[in-house]
Amino acid sequence: MSATTQSPTAPDSRTPSKAARLLGDRRLPVAATALLFLVMYGVGLGRYQYYGFAEPQVFLNLFIDNGYLLVAAVGVTFVILSGGIDLSVGSVIGFTTMFTAWLVERQGLPIVVVIPMALAVGAFGGFLMGYVIHNFEIQPFIVTLAGLFLFRGLCLVISKESISIGDSSVSSMAQAQVPLGVGFLSIGAIVALVVLALAFYVLHYTRFGRRVYAIGGNEQSALLMGLPQGGTKIAVYTVSGFCSALAGLLFTLYIQSGDPLHATGMELDAIAAVVIGGTLLTGGSGYVLGTLFGVLVLGLIKSIIQFEGTLSSWWTKIATGVLLCAFILIQRFMTTRKKT
Amino acid sequence: MAEPRPVLEMTGIVKEFPGVRALSDVDFRLFPGEIHALMGENGAGKSTLIKVLTGVYSLDGGTITLDGRSVRFGSPLQAQHAGISTVYQEVNLCPNLSVAENIFIGREPTRMGRIQWKRMRKEAAELVDRLGLDIDVTAPLSSYPLAVQQLVAIVRSVGTGDSDGEGSGTKVLVLDEPTSSLDRDEVQELFRLMRRLKDEGVAILFVSHFLDQIYEICDRMTVLRNGTLVGEHMVGDLDQVGLIQLMIGKALDQLEELHDHQLHSDVGETLVKAEGLGRTGGIAPFDLEIKKGEVLGLAGLLGSGRTELARLLFGADQPDSGKATIGGKQVSLSAPNDAIGAGVAFCSENRKTEGLVPDLTVRENIILALQAARGWTRPIPVSQRDELVAKYIKALDIRPANPEARVGQLSGGNQQKVLLARWLITQPKLLILDEPTRGIDVGAKAEIQKLVVSLSEDGMSVLYIAAELEEVLRLSHTIGVLRDRRLVAQITNGPEITTSRIMETIASGEHQ
Ligand SMILES: Nc1ncnc2c1ncn2[C@@H]1O[C@H](COP(=O)(O)OP(=O)(O)OP(=O)(O)O)[C@@H](O)[C@H]1O
Ligand SMILES: [Mg+2]
Repeated sequence: MSATTQSPTAPDSRTPSKAARLLGDRRLPVAATALLFLVMYGVGLGRYQYYGFAEPQVFLNLFIDNGYLLVAAVGVTFVILSGGIDLSVGSVIGFTTMFTAWLVERQGLPIVVVIPMALAVGAFGGFLMGYVIHNFEIQPFIVTLAGLFLFRGLCLVISKESISIGDSSVSSMAQAQVPLGVGFLSIGAIVALVVLALAFYVLHYTRFGRRVYAIGGNEQSALLMGLPQGGTKIAVYTVSGFCSALAGLLFTLYIQSGDPLHATGMELDAIAAVVIGGTLLTGGSGYVLGTLFGVLVLGLIKSIIQFEGTLSSWWTKIATGVLLCAFILIQRFMTTRKKT
Repeated sequence: MAEPRPVLEMTGIVKEFPGVRALSDVDFRLFPGEIHALMGENGAGKSTLIKVLTGVYSLDGGTITLDGRSVRFGSPLQAQHAGISTVYQEVNLCPNLSVAENIFIGREPTRMGRIQWKRMRKEAAELVDRLGLDIDVTAPLSSYPLAVQQLVAIVRSVGTGDSDGEGSGTKVLVLDEPTSSLDRDEVQELFRLMRRLKDEGVAILFVSHFLDQIYEICDRMTVLRNGTLVGEHMVGDLDQVGLIQLMIGKALDQLEELHDHQLHSDVGETLVKAEGLGRTGGIAPFDLEIKKGEVLGLAGLLGSGRTELARLLFGADQPDSGKATIGGKQVSLSAPNDAIGAGVAFCSENRKTEGLVPDLTVRENIILALQAARGWTRPIPVSQRDELVAKYIKALDIRPANPEARVGQLSGGNQQKVLLARWLITQPKLLILDEPTRGIDVGAKAEIQKLVVSLSEDGMSVLYIAAELEEVLRLSHTIGVLRDRRLVAQITNGPEITTSRIMETIASGEHQ
């Protein structure tokens, strides 16, 4: 009997094989998206290098033109990682543009006062949705859909017309260029990158971040493990609301106007970027860095189509749709593969 | 000697679910430095009592005192902070996180709010090591089998308390069927750990359906029957027969019956034949033959490839070498459908993730496989369906005997029975049972084993996997021994074969 105590369980019989681990590695989808980006960029270089595609500024413009989307997608990443969904993003962005434009132009408030107000409203909206989702146990899909209509409606309450912003401090902020050696970035792009870095830190180096992954992995288990799953969920939607409002501010800077129809459907772009970035829609697996590549890929599609010149901008949507399908299929394949 | 004051006292506990009174007026107390068994049949209310204690369910009546203070927890988190660590019956961890994180999440070591990953991994590796587990703590939990996951859950609960400022150290450790998927050695490791904690003064509540384990490790036990308290006894004062009587309320002689039953010799022609069947990373190529009416038992330690062999035969994993015939016809085994079509049924060990649909009723869950086998366009006539369901609820003694109950609300053991019923109802030619008696009480265990015997007498072939060697030995005509993911021996059962002979084969990897 005593001989049986140590020998039979070979240690490696339990530890998965190298190949299996590589295939199951959760970083793989991010790497795939990064590779896709590089390949697309390479193709772009090959085709349009004589039309200025090789300029470093073209690359930097990806951040300038998509900063707001990146910020929104970062918020959505939190929500999707936790196993939820947020459909209110586009409306909150639209609302923030209206709210900001109205306060600055019609009420004459200085932009530095308006910014914290707009952020607070967005965060509070997210908090409310999270509160309802958790306390009344309603599907996030439904609650945030209600949020979508609510904020779009509020836009129209403020004004039915678009409000353009002539405020000098806003336009100087919008036009500011942060030199970067080979080119420049806008303030919006810088803010977006800072948000990305913060999100990365929070998700990987704080207890809150790990709880987001835990409840996305298995909410019931997280509860039984003694994690404050309710608070985490509410916080996640608050983060998303805050990010949407911030994205709204960046969008206002980018477009310099408020319009009740701004950013209609942008939640779908954000969700697409997150999914293309390798985050599982079922929650619990993914990286915010993937979201960056997701946004860059979407942005690159837009630029390439602009460079192509003859293609209608609807091709952006088609390309996005195709990519989304492909990536969801890959996810499906990877999750079924992992089970065995 | 005056008894010390109990660390935990629950009095007059009442818990009602819609339509079921799961606990009525139950008293329970737990002393520091003791291991206390909570005993009872499937559905007696053991897990419910635990969940009421730790705040998963709210209390409908009664009081709980911890350390002399009256408490009522609103969530498992509060219970944890008060010093009650719990491993719930079904492994409840996050499969997407690494082993280290699963052990530490919620109380990761931090410096100024920043998680110290290195330190966490190192400490996790040490904790895991102390339990005699040799695994990579950075790998995701989902890459390990259920047994390892269960051990990780235990490591988590034991490690709780001492490293964070908020907790007050573990005073009470609750283990709800922690051993159901562990093998002997791991159980011994766990027991060593439990004894150490006991010596440190921790009070341990232990639930298990293995009576031998109870008698080995516990000091005292409380017996529940149908949600009521039957009695509290010192383990030394009550023998196994007496305990079983208390649990089921009548004497049990079925177990005896089984002991001297003769294996029927009525084994027919070959039904399943596998030649060189294998899958890299799963199990090395093996040859296997199962005859009609034969029970083939698989013995081996956890991770030795028992489940992998079964999954291959069912087509749940695709073999990458060899071929198989069922009933003389070649089957491709590239998907379970092929095997199901050829009359193979697979009752998986992992009822939570692979088996049952918790939101469907008992009836729907039972009928699922049969309906799938018939094709969805040919519904089963209602009367015939209800009759079948009723028959199996009765045969397996599923409680509550209500076909409309939601499976998710059944006790763990009763869920296992529903899963079994689902496959039995399809009347397969080959029935693969992977740990069918896990988490099932003594009475029902005997019933299930009797059922296997009678099914094989009726000509059904059975591939039987169980952690308990006695069980395998009692039922099987042939015993396949696995080791390190290889089928190392096939032993024909006979009077001279004993569990220690099989243990030797498992240890040495060869059969003389
Ligand atoms: N969430 C729930 N909703 C409704 N009924 C429930 C729920 N949980 C448990 N029950 C019922 O309460 C009773 C006791 O179940 P419990 O899980 O406590 O049994 P147990 O003693 O742990 O059994 P086992 O040994 O099978 O794990 C059962 O009849 C069960 O069906
Ligand atoms: Mg139970």
